Amino acid sequence: MVILASASQLAAGYGRLPAIEDVTFEVDVGQRVALLGPNGGGKTTLLRVLLGELRPMRGTLEVRGRTATVPQTERSRLDFPVSALDVALMGALPRLPWWKRPGGADRELARDALERVGVAGRADDTFGDLSGGQRQRVLIARGLVQDAELLLLDEPFSGLDVPAAQSLESLIAELAREGRGVVIATHDLRQARRWDAVLCLNHRQIAFGRPDEVLDREVLEATYAGAIIEIPGSDHVGVLPAHHH
Amino acid sequence: MIDFVTDPLSQEFIRRALLEVVLISLAGGALGCWVVFYGVSYAAESLSHALFPGLVLAALAGIPLLAGGIPGIAVAALAIALIGRVPGIGRDTAVAVVVTAFFGLGALLALSPDSPPGIQSLLFGDILAPSDSDLLLSGILAAAVLVSLVVLHWRLLAVAFDRTTARSIGASPALADAAVLMLLAAAVLVAAQGLGTLLAVAALVGPAATARVFTHRVPTMMLAASLIGIASGVIGIYLSYYGGVAAGASIAACIVVAYLAALAAAGARELLDRLSLSGDPRPGVAR
Repeated sequence: MVILASASQLAAGYGRLPAIEDVTFEVDVGQRVALLGPNGGGKTTLLRVLLGELRPMRGTLEVRGRTATVPQTERSRLDFPVSALDVALMGALPRLPWWKRPGGADRELARDALERVGVAGRADDTFGDLSGGQRQRVLIARGLVQDAELLLLDEPFSGLDVPAAQSLESLIAELAREGRGVVIATHDLRQARRWDAVLCLNHRQIAFGRPDEVLDREVLEATYAGAIIEIPGSDHVGVLPAHHH
Repeated sequence: MIDFVTDPLSQEFIRRALLEVVLISLAGGALGCWVVFYGVSYAAESLSHALFPGLVLAALAGIPLLAGGIPGIAVAALAIALIGRVPGIGRDTAVAVVVTAFFGLGALLALSPDSPPGIQSLLFGDILAPSDSDLLLSGILAAAVLVSLVVLHWRLLAVAFDRTTARSIGASPALADAAVLMLLAAAVLVAAQGLGTLLAVAALVGPAATARVFTHRVPTMMLAASLIGIASGVIGIYLSYYGGVAAGASIAACIVVAYLAALAAAGARELLDRLSLSGDPRPGVAR
């Protein structure tokens, strides 16, 4: 098994106090890793450390693959006048020296990537005019143009309707089958159970491992600190949906 | 009618003024788009005011205006950076303190009894009287701004699109900010010598704000802003020629009128769209 990223006793944060502590996990090639935790529990912080935007305060972190992020699009400027193709093309920037502009070959790559994620038909549309699911796909395409081996998705399913979420999930499965590692921050326990590993985070790491081994009631209670409901007529527990303002 | 257009062109000073206005509009219009996206319109205004004493000193010394403006703007930027570091003083306050101090100093120099007459034109510009060296320096600065914008385009775009993740795709927000401010200083220098320190910001922000109303991509917006700037400049100079009004002020007025016209047109189009939509007879179309 080839390891794309591994952390040991990792702590990181913004001021003096760490926002996350005791984080120990690894992401292997072809794995989908769910990142579970309450809002404000440190999911985005962990993604930023993996991306290299934040330095670890303690512990070790090794990221061996090229890494790309798929942020929540509500945070980007949806009125900004760029096309979907422009956004995908930005994925070429990391390998270009600062004085070089993306060329025809990069443009070709970007078009292929949009085709690959199923939004080629909207390449020339303004990014902000796309639906939430399409925007996620365009940002994944940007990651493909970066040729990322490790993709970090920050709550990609929030705000998507069921069909959009399902087709995004199968795209993620395809990316993993190609051998990419995918870390997905999510609130959906049922999705997480279908994936290869789960990391439960509430300021400190609660658990990491295979979903069927890790996701029991005790872990979920510690992760979500009580915001848990039993689903009547099943063995499963669910998490109260996070509030988005 | 043809005479109406060609008559002013037979005058040397009008041809020079038109060249100056084209240079200001090319650099100011294109860069103005990034001024709008990076939210640095206040910095544009401040820089152009803080430049004033440098211009006055250059005029007093009889050297090209830009030769005084360049060190002037550098000293102002340095002063803003230094005062901004004083504990308890925000950046906004530092800018305000420096700008008023510099502007006051410039006024003191310009309005003293020993100053040669006409030096007040630095406030409102003298687009009709650029010297050869003024035009040459403007041309060099404008070209430098345009070339930089072409080279840096994708990094500026990535940062403006999403500042929080720009670094992950190899674009540094801090460097992009610094680049925009440096180019802004250059464009302000070009614009201030033609339009004066009070009106320069109009050529930087106005055409870009106008182009933003009806364009949907950054390159077309930059092109449209430059063309709007040139058109406003040409019309303003003709107004000044035939109406006997101040050229700089006429140009600034044309820029404002263009912006208001674009807003009105966009508003009218939206209203028409709504009217035609509400009268839409197609059944089952979800709104």
